[in-house]
Amino acid sequence: MTNMLALIQNEMLKVWKKKRFAVVVLILLILIPIFVYAQMKIAQNTTEKFNADWRSELQSRITDNTNALSSDRIPEEWKKWRRALVQQLQYYLDHDINPQTPNAVTFTRTFMDNSVSLFIPLMVLAIASDLVSSERSTGTIKMLLTRPVRRWRILFAKLSALTLYVSLIVITTALLCYLISGLVFGYKGWEEPVFVGFMVQGADVDTTGVHAVTQGVYLLMQSGLIWFSAMIVAIIALMISVLVRSTAASFVTMMATIIAGTILSSMASSWTSAKYLFNVNLELSSYLRGTPPPVEGMSLGFSLVILGLWGVAALIVSFTVFTKQDILN
Amino acid sequence: MAMAKETVLSVQGLKKTIGRKPIIHEVSFEVYVGEIFGFLGPNGSGKTTTIRMLVDLIKPSAGKITVCGEDIGIHPERALAHIGCIVENPEMYGFMTGWENLEHFARMQDGITKDRITEVVEIVGLDQRIHDKVKTYSLGMRQRLGIAQALLGKPKLLILDEPTNGLDPKGIKELREFIRKLAESGMSLFISSHLLSEIQLMCDRVAIIAHGAVIAVGEVDELVSQAATYTVWQVNLPQDARVMLANHSDILVITDNEHQIDESLLTTLHDPIITIMDESLISTMVNKFVASGISIHSVQRVAPSLEELFLKLTEGDKID
Repeated sequence: MTNMLALIQNEMLKVWKKKRFAVVVLILLILIPIFVYAQMKIAQNTTEKFNADWRSELQSRITDNTNALSSDRIPEEWKKWRRALVQQLQYYLDHDINPQTPNAVTFTRTFMDNSVSLFIPLMVLAIASDLVSSERSTGTIKMLLTRPVRRWRILFAKLSALTLYVSLIVITTALLCYLISGLVFGYKGWEEPVFVGFMVQGADVDTTGVHAVTQGVYLLMQSGLIWFSAMIVAIIALMISVLVRSTAASFVTMMATIIAGTILSSMASSWTSAKYLFNVNLELSSYLRGTPPPVEGMSLGFSLVILGLWGVAALIVSFTVFTKQDILN
Repeated sequence: MAMAKETVLSVQGLKKTIGRKPIIHEVSFEVYVGEIFGFLGPNGSGKTTTIRMLVDLIKPSAGKITVCGEDIGIHPERALAHIGCIVENPEMYGFMTGWENLEHFARMQDGITKDRITEVVEIVGLDQRIHDKVKTYSLGMRQRLGIAQALLGKPKLLILDEPTNGLDPKGIKELREFIRKLAESGMSLFISSHLLSEIQLMCDRVAIIAHGAVIAVGEVDELVSQAATYTVWQVNLPQDARVMLANHSDILVITDNEHQIDESLLTTLHDPIITIMDESLISTMVNKFVASGISIHSVQRVAPSLEELFLKLTEGDKID
């Protein structure tokens, strides 16, 4: 039978030749310098304000948040979050660690954290959205499916190519961030300690599991989680691409879903069953930071399971429909 | 003669219902080794749906399709290995070159070497432009590339859906010669068309489909002879000639709105008298006209249109 590697090569080649990945890299090359510049301005600002004394900055943030806690006008949910934040900041202060030290690794870490909810999914969609739908709208699917290869093998090859590109996107984003921001902030910071293992339970941050890891290790953990959530977005986009003939429709559907997820997350909480939606669970790396989740009762394990279930369901639908579907036009 | 031949494609009792609407009621036929088989029907008769079922793009609701003994419903990958096809337009990846497209499809089948790609490119005569992007190709060139792709795996059966669509007369003539050459090399060809003349020129046997059912299968000449062939006269005194023709008991003169000749054929003929008559009577009538001082500009036999053939065939069904 035909070689699966050859089929994957075909799918990789088509995405590459369509210059989709080139567009992703181009967007990164334009956006990252803008954020580096913004970060630089912020760093300059804080230096001027606090004479480079990060302790006083940290202290003032703690004071700000504590003051806010005593105000009556702030809703209870916000207070919970602020209480957790204060505890966390206090922990940094007590152990004499500056969480804001600007360097290439910190910048990369922050950038990746902020891009997980929208930016990375957007780039994934640029590749995943038309993987099947473009074959249908251009008619090439008739050539593709009349070759002596089982349909599931073709979809599997597409899925494999997609997995490789998602990995490439996460790695490229991190790498470009590090390389570009390093020009300004210096390439150090790999060995700096970061605290992980904050457990948010209701109002309290449980610090019993807190331990220090180097930023390098943190970045690796973070990238792994980002990769996982990006893969789920990719798999669901692949399903939409199988179901919908138009590339534009498939892209818009997915983008709307992702954006709805970020809005739902920020609305936080009264609707607890929202936690079973995949798009509310995408910010996996926030669990590392100890940021309280959008809905109470969510944890890293919970989100991984929910995302995993969505992924499996999407794969079942994709493969069932793709192998059975009549190609009518 | 046909009985002794080996069957390449066998279609039995094919049916397809989409939603609740039956699209294909009953399609059965066989294609033998080395023959050019025509699949004739007007647009919307179920031609394309049938072709899509032959190449596993659509799953039949009932019936069986076997290609070189392999059931396409059970082992599509084995059956498709014997088929090369172009369904409707030859759509390839426009953002890749012709060569890259061929490499792409070559990777999907075992044992297609680089030499084979070079070979098919030469067969279709695309060597000059093969390394250009496909989006810069003309329709004719896309057609050639599509055929090159279909030939890659040395198929036993080549399926072409309306291959002359969009080609200029020169292109159509070249295609016809090309198809003959392929058939001579032992390949079977399955060609769909909505033009009877097309099928007459190219094919050995034909299946005629209307409203989702095959209404006749047989040798092309045999089927065409069932429908009346018209004899069209052009003379200097059409009124007199018309009366003389009408007076003959074995000649039927057709009024303008009743005939079924392609309008495009008649536009070039000025003041035609359209008749249905036996060939043997032509010289008799010519002699009579000359004797009465009518001079003849032209006499020609015009083949019936597809519509008429349908009329004849479906009428036949009713009488039987």
